[in-house]
Amino acid sequence: MSRLIAVFTAVLASLAFAGLAVAQEPLRVDVTRGNLDPLPIALPDFVGSSDEAAARGADITRVVTNDLASSGLFAPVDQAAYIEDIENIDLRPRFSDWRVIDASALLVGSVTIQEDGRLVVAFRLWDTRLEEQLLGLQYRTAPENWRRVAHRVADEVYERLTGEEGYFNTRIVYVSEGRGSDGEPLRQLAWMDQDGANPSFLTDRSYMALLPNYSPNSQEITYVSFLDGQATTYLYDLETGRQEALFSSAMRQAGLNPDGQSLSARFSPDGERLAVSIQGRSGHDVHLFDLRTRNLTQLTQHPADDVEPSFAPDGERIVFSSSRGGGSQLYTMNVDGTDVQRITFGDGIYTTPVWSPRGDLIAFTKQSGGTFSLGVVRADGSGIERILFEGYFVDTPAWSPNGRVLLFTRGEPRSDGTRYEIWSIDLAGFNLRRLATGGMASDPAWSPLIE
Amino acid sequence: MKIRLLAIAALGAFATACASTPPADDTTPVEPPRSVEPADTGSNQPAGPIPGTTEHFVQTAGDRVFFDLDRNDLSAEGRETLRRQAAWLASYPDARILIAGNCDERGTREYNLALGARRANAARSYLVSQGVDPSRISTTSYGKERPSCTQSGERCWAINRNATTSIVGSSYTN
Repeated sequence: MSRLIAVFTAVLASLAFAGLAVAQEPLRVDVTRGNLDPLPIALPDFVGSSDEAAARGADITRVVTNDLASSGLFAPVDQAAYIEDIENIDLRPRFSDWRVIDASALLVGSVTIQEDGRLVVAFRLWDTRLEEQLLGLQYRTAPENWRRVAHRVADEVYERLTGEEGYFNTRIVYVSEGRGSDGEPLRQLAWMDQDGANPSFLTDRSYMALLPNYSPNSQEITYVSFLDGQATTYLYDLETGRQEALFSSAMRQAGLNPDGQSLSARFSPDGERLAVSIQGRSGHDVHLFDLRTRNLTQLTQHPADDVEPSFAPDGERIVFSSSRGGGSQLYTMNVDGTDVQRITFGDGIYTTPVWSPRGDLIAFTKQSGGTFSLGVVRADGSGIERILFEGYFVDTPAWSPNGRVLLFTRGEPRSDGTRYEIWSIDLAGFNLRRLATGGMASDPAWSPLIE
Repeated sequence: MKIRLLAIAALGAFATACASTPPADDTTPVEPPRSVEPADTGSNQPAGPIPGTTEHFVQTAGDRVFFDLDRNDLSAEGRETLRRQAAWLASYPDARILIAGNCDERGTREYNLALGARRANAARSYLVSQGVDPSRISTTSYGKERPSCTQSGERCWAINRNATTSIVGSSYTN
């Protein structure tokens, strides 16, 4: 895959338009109150210097509009309502034309196709009330990377208006759920852009693939493969497609049963180690695997199952689920296995802990009575848990790289069995949306922001 | 009293066998091992499964033991099935088995992979306590990934919470 060479060339900002700035609050999306006030933003099609460039401009605008709308924090204003026809983005817009249709923000842009075929995409973001430019940037890139440029524009707009890093220029690895000729479940790894574009399979139908996790540099994933007849942790290189079973010799060296299963492995924030649960002679225990030395270190020794480890973003602690207290609950510990602290205490089965990239929260699945819920709890166990979604089935939460959105597997009963889809929800508990996978899907893994 | 209890246990076993597809008939006493040679039935169709095969094992011992929700302890009925499996394995000393632990779909994925391993181990430990050489037994967990019943509902989930024994190597197979 050719790399996006997004040349951060010129900041067009300094074309000082002072405007008639009345004393007014700067434009800002309130991210604490959720979707009560999504920010109205106008997104006219990016203009083009030729028909081809204009067509690409419209494509880019469509992707940006979809990204911003999907966050639930922006309300794109219908293009049919626009009064001013933007032709040149270097001229000041007629702000009153945009204010009258209630667009607080206005994004204008242009696409130029250079002689060598490369695209130059420039844009300006305006505050229509203060009549001020908030952002002006330009990217140059290979033409096939136009979607990534569009996501990047959306990320810039999102960051400028929310104060939080965007998450649109990302990929999602997931399990594509199918049915074989005898109705048996098929589970293959697939990946796609965050908005559902460019989907393709990573593994074939001949074996089951489950529970992928991204490396911090986005180049690799771990997943659980049944290629060898039982659950085995694999490392998969996304660039080359090469993959390997990680622990078989290390398990033998560590005195573990080499036939024991190894489960979902998550990367340390520096990418040098994995935390993983491996089956020993008396249950499953959390281990650390050093990717350089290939050594396994056992962190937990409890006879109960200790599974699903996940690192804190500072790399200092690990959260995991354990049945040591009877039913499965969540615990944290230091990376050397010391100072184990229980952080959930409610009735029900707590599983799938995932530490937020911001560090303060841990997402989990809770099974209680006949229902499943997706919730978050403070990493130090203080305060009460917050349930974001409750339904027939929930599994495998995955954080957006900015810690604002959660993807999760959602199951709904159907006459021919449970239907699994991936859904997203804002941390504030609103903006529940189905992820645009082709068919049934589960086990999302969200990539870091692609540079 | 004892007889009455047994009758109830047998009834329970029968209900389970009805709900599942394969005929895990727990009420049949263990048959003595038959001759390795298929009996001459006077036709090309053998009368029953070939002795020593998985089919024969399923019919005479029962290949599955079932578990309660989120549990990995054996029921009285499950131990009975495993005793028949141990007796069968004593009759076919070359047979090697694979025990796979399975779960219903009402649990998260990794949790169920671990739970399935516990179920397989519970069955394995009991067979070993009944004199089966541990080196003849391997175990695996399919979690909830290979359900034998794919619909949603307690009827299916009860069937899918099991440890299933299959014959993986034997001089009798083929």
